[in-house]
Amino acid sequence: MLRSSVVLCVVFAAISSIGHAQATVRVEPANLQGPRPMPEQTQTAVIRDYLQSWQSFSAAFEQNRTDLLDSDFTGTARDKLAQAIQQQAELGISTRYQDRAHDLQIVFYSPDGLSIELIDKVEYDVQVLEHGRVKTTQHLNSRYIIVITPAEVRWRVRVFQADPE
Amino acid sequence: MKAGFTWLLSGLALAVMQPAIAQGGNMSLPKTVEAGNAFSVQCSGNGKAALYLIGPEQVLRRDVQLGHATFFPAGSVYNAGHYLVVLIGDSSTESGSFDVIPARKPTDLSFLARPSRLPVGLHDGITGAVYVYDAYQNLITAPMQVSFELSNPSGAVQKRLVATRDGAAWTVMDSTAQQGTDKFVARIGEISSTRVVAQVPGDPCGLKMSAKQSGQGIELVTDPVRDCNGNAVPDGTIVTFTEAFSGGQSTVDVPLKRGIAQVQLADHNGATISVASGVVMGNQIRWKE
Repeated sequence: MLRSSVVLCVVFAAISSIGHAQATVRVEPANLQGPRPMPEQTQTAVIRDYLQSWQSFSAAFEQNRTDLLDSDFTGTARDKLAQAIQQQAELGISTRYQDRAHDLQIVFYSPDGLSIELIDKVEYDVQVLEHGRVKTTQHLNSRYIIVITPAEVRWRVRVFQADPE
Repeated sequence: MKAGFTWLLSGLALAVMQPAIAQGGNMSLPKTVEAGNAFSVQCSGNGKAALYLIGPEQVLRRDVQLGHATFFPAGSVYNAGHYLVVLIGDSSTESGSFDVIPARKPTDLSFLARPSRLPVGLHDGITGAVYVYDAYQNLITAPMQVSFELSNPSGAVQKRLVATRDGAAWTVMDSTAQQGTDKFVARIGEISSTRVVAQVPGDPCGLKMSAKQSGQGIELVTDPVRDCNGNAVPDGTIVTFTEAFSGGQSTVDVPLKRGIAQVQLADHNGATISVASGVVMGNQIRWKE
């Protein structure tokens, strides 16, 4: 009886977490360095595109497909993520990243308008799967430094780096 | 639905694993490791296991003998980030995490200077922004002093010292009074990055012409055309001469040649002749009244 209750609690906790698949997003007022003011439309677009990048990042790592990074990542960030995907594919593992909450703040808008830096205090879960079997699930909090640059029709992530405070 | 089921299973798996972790011993992990540095992970217990280092930036696996330290030599983990460490044994799985921080020594500056060409004497006309990276292309977030230096061929130098914040620093400079090719340098210690900024003469300043009779016409010639800082306005710049007389007006565009513009217009007694270049007006002459 006790054992069933424990299992039910775990099931309930798991179902609850599934129910919150959409990450919560909080945007702090910008703490900008740089002489250039940030138009509201730009801020909205940057945050929208950055959050979208988490979806493609998550899908790419779950499916071990580097091509899924192409629409949202560029430069160093794309190269490093692609390398990690190749490495985990070679090892027969995959990872499932599920973002739970983002606390975002834009901290730098370059004078030429060609790069924006933001800090994301992100809460996420990571599942490690070995040959399709879940080996562990971890809930993590990290502070990410993001540098995002404009591409043809959207902003793309150029630096994607967890940074301990 | 399928993903949800997997999450559910993982939750169950985690619940089952916890006691096994407690029995299987533990891992001794560094809290942080500098990118590219050597480090070791101590896993207690007996038998063999697989040790994974998993991050979005890098993934590694080592076969380990429990009870012994697993050594990661210099250069094996080099991408900054938060790493999950998973130890998978025959009967247990254990997890931990640690951070890889950027190396302290900068080796690369991503330096963007704008614009590459601008008129002389423009206040806050030139901007520069840098991002500082280590040898592994990690953004160095620890504060560092960046020296920005704009120098022109005459030796005039503008210098700014700016501390990076979250790996970025920026500055603004005035374009100098003298035309030429300036060097804009961003430097941290021995690392530097140079951009070239061309400073071209500004708009003509004090545009002045003189007129004299030449056969049946009027010959108009400007003084050497210079900007307000005394730089010669480049040949090819268009100078417009306008002659207004009773019953009409004639306009002639002339490119500067060897620093001056000259033209011959018809002789209309009492005509008013003016000269301009772009939006800059020069003097006016009333011809022979």
